[in-house]
Amino acid sequence: MKEKYIEDLKEIKDIMNRSSRFISLSGLSGISAGISALIGAYIAYQTVYTYQENLGYRSVILTDESLTQLLSIALGTLVLAAGTGIYFTTRETKKRNQRIWDIQTKRLLTNLLIPLITGGILCLMLLFKGYIGMLAPLTLIFYGLALVNASKYTLNEIRSLGLIEIALGLIAMHFIGFGLLFWSIGFGVLHIIYGIIMQWRYKL
Amino acid sequence: MKELLKDLDKAFENKIRLGIMSALVVNEYLDFNTLKDLLDLTDGNLASHLKSLEKKRYIMFKKEFLDRKPKTKYYATDDGKKAFRKHINAIEQLLK
Repeated sequence: MKEKYIEDLKEIKDIMNRSSRFISLSGLSGISAGISALIGAYIAYQTVYTYQENLGYRSVILTDESLTQLLSIALGTLVLAAGTGIYFTTRETKKRNQRIWDIQTKRLLTNLLIPLITGGILCLMLLFKGYIGMLAPLTLIFYGLALVNASKYTLNEIRSLGLIEIALGLIAMHFIGFGLLFWSIGFGVLHIIYGIIMQWRYKL
Repeated sequence: MKELLKDLDKAFENKIRLGIMSALVVNEYLDFNTLKDLLDLTDGNLASHLKSLEKKRYIMFKKEFLDRKPKTKYYATDDGKKAFRKHINAIEQLLK
């Protein structure tokens, strides 16, 4: 009789998770997003810091030309990261034969996108006003907030990833000259580490 | 022990009804087809279990039309949520 109830509880938990969370997040999409971020950061580093030889405190002066370049790099990185992420996650969904990923995906994306788009618009405004140093810390902070907000609707690990991104963003705001370095850690290295952990933990 | 058994809800003795309730308490609502896919049931089977939960007033439904197609949304009522919580508590006590 006890076994029956243990079985019941297990099933209740499983149904609650399957019906309210998007669980087909692929670790591979984290790894690919991380690699995209590192490539983007490297190209950005080559572009922005090329003509500046002031050692010590790093300041960046942007010309119109390098601004356009930087925006294209950012856009390219975003497309690459999102594209590969969507590819691997869709593959995972098919593998798991999840038929009801519609509601969960919508709920997950809405909750992810509200802080993310807010942060994106704010960062663009700051960029055009010339506050380039704040971009890396703020993108980390808003991305972290977006993850924490969306984590209720997907795997638990996403919450701690979000909290680390927020902390990293705050530290980056303090060491404001090293934005790109922190940005590479947050969007590159952390994604790869979390991707590997999740791939290993949820492997089918 | 006897006391605890009294708290177990007969309506949830059936696995499918327990499943329906589990899904509805963590979601604002779910439509018929989502429930069907989630629990892997046939139309008739799901409908009969929904009806029996409805009779106990543990769930309610609203019919809506989306692109002229009918869509039935199922909600857990407050009574249903309360009964479900009591049932889970009783199971947990039993397992202690």
